Amino acid sequence: MYFVRRILFAVPLLLVISLLAFMLVKAMPGGPFDRERAHASPEVERNLRAAYHLDEPGWKQYLRYLGLLWERSPDGSLHHVSGGLLNGDFGKSTKYRNHTVNDIIAQGLPVSLLLGAVAFGFAMGLGLPIGFWTAAKRGRWEDYIGSFFTILVVCIPAFVIAPMLILGFALKWRLLPVGLWETPWHVILPSAGLGMMFVGKIARIFREGMLQAAQSEFVTAARAKGLSEYALLLRHAVRIGVLPVVSYAGPMLADLLTGSFVIESIFQIPGIGVFLVNSSLNLDAPLIVGLALLYAMLLIVLNLAVDFAYTLLDPRVKYE
Amino acid sequence: MSDARPHLSPAQQAWRRFRRHRPAIVSAWFLATLLLLVLLWPVCLRVLGTHFAGLHSPNQLSDAQFSPPNAAHWFGTDLHGRDVFSRVLYGARISLLVGVVGALVSLVIGVLWGAIAGYTGGRTDAVMMRFVDVLYSLPTIIFVIVLLTTLGQVIKHSHWVQSSPALEGNLRVVLLFVGLGAVSWLTMARIVRGQVLSLRTRPFVEASRALGAKPHWILARHIIPNIFGIAITYLALTMPAIILYESFLSYLGLGVQPPMASWGTLVAEGVTQINPIRIYWWLIAFPGAVLVSTLLALNFLGDGLRDAWDVKNRP
Repeated sequence: MYFVRRILFAVPLLLVISLLAFMLVKAMPGGPFDRERAHASPEVERNLRAAYHLDEPGWKQYLRYLGLLWERSPDGSLHHVSGGLLNGDFGKSTKYRNHTVNDIIAQGLPVSLLLGAVAFGFAMGLGLPIGFWTAAKRGRWEDYIGSFFTILVVCIPAFVIAPMLILGFALKWRLLPVGLWETPWHVILPSAGLGMMFVGKIARIFREGMLQAAQSEFVTAARAKGLSEYALLLRHAVRIGVLPVVSYAGPMLADLLTGSFVIESIFQIPGIGVFLVNSSLNLDAPLIVGLALLYAMLLIVLNLAVDFAYTLLDPRVKYE
Repeated sequence: MSDARPHLSPAQQAWRRFRRHRPAIVSAWFLATLLLLVLLWPVCLRVLGTHFAGLHSPNQLSDAQFSPPNAAHWFGTDLHGRDVFSRVLYGARISLLVGVVGALVSLVIGVLWGAIAGYTGGRTDAVMMRFVDVLYSLPTIIFVIVLLTTLGQVIKHSHWVQSSPALEGNLRVVLLFVGLGAVSWLTMARIVRGQVLSLRTRPFVEASRALGAKPHWILARHIIPNIFGIAITYLALTMPAIILYESFLSYLGLGVQPPMASWGTLVAEGVTQINPIRIYWWLIAFPGAVLVSTLLALNFLGDGLRDAWDVKNRP
């Protein structure tokens, strides 16, 4: 019941997000055709604006975008204007004029999904063990070294680590290829560059969660039973200690899967992260709103998955 | 029975705890040194003679293109033979300034928004916090870029800039302050609201209300001072986030414009020089390292403040 209500609540949320993104673009001075390399003649620009229905009032554009617009035909009868968001049509890009937004997403999203998923695996695969290890060795030198490493990694932005990875692994030692997106070898460096910062975040959150869980009563009870410290953490504290990681992992995965402009542009990867930035630079309203909705949908679904995972991990959690 | 320790105010207690947090103290010293260096470097250039200034002035072009780090150029030189060390120090001005002012802007918006929502309660609170929720689920990057590009255009065509073009760079920096502050206040607003919700039911606030104090008096007199610790902690933690954001935007070319530089534009210039034949690692490594150490120091400082004000264990 709870989850059904959450899903129903997502619909107005998505509407509000699409409206906000739409209004944001429309409120800005200037139009999508101001930055053409050669300025179009007034005649051409008028035709372009008409082709994209930019000459209509804003509310009409928005209803047309949603697919909730009815127009009167010459014979006087109302008919529904085809297309629109409710029919799964995100509209046409005003910048990349031969492509619909659906095309762009269909081409770029699989690439970004793969990159993001591998980066997610990298962050979890390295972050969880480091977090566990620093929690188990808390207060000792292993903890200090591990914790310093994790906070250091959190502070290294992708646009610093990615070029260094290229300079080191691709150009100096010539171990891994870059610049194309063909073999599995091409995936390694970009996803490492993308996931590196999250290794640190996951490790820090997991360590904190483990330490908090280690103070709860059922862990004390297990300790009183005479379990060793490792067994204690592995068998009992992990289930609770991993909860903060789970709730962080939802938004993080949404970020990773929608691509990263920095990584995609440095490594020349044809994902959708590049479009997220370029569409905003070009005031390309349909593409902006489409990508914002994609991100929001991912975020909503993943947050729902997080809540669902909570009920599996922690038997005390119940949603009404 | 008497307690031998002198009575300490909350601020004094916080200061005592802060001093015991060694990474935070080391970070504070690091940041102070960096700041001093940034401020004194122009003076050095002037005092140490024309030869020194000619070698190190950040905008001085020379024939020594791409020389690796050496005794004359500690961080090497770039495409135009400019001294990278000087450029990093001059870039620090922009990066640090944007970090501090942007964080202050986000502090003001966040505290006001959170305090008003939490204190008023009811429907106002619900509407204000739903608004925050919606902004949370928009990719901020879109918001920032649309804001910066279009307002950047407005600045370019405004009559101030048309009459004195030198003003454009400064106005863009102001735009960065506002833009970055305007997208970084969400977490602050949520935390402050939570605090205010718990504060407004405390006896001393109720007493003040019973005595007939007006809401703005209670906010200014009782609520705001009591969220000072939390606000200052999150200020320290927002600063690295904003510095990072600024360097990312400058990396995209949306931040400060040349010849001004920030750490982000310096790294971006280094990235454009990546080629398979020659490796100019110092163009990325040194600005990157200074950026990373500053972020690290600010994070440690934030951790120290959090422990000092005991933010987590408060109700």
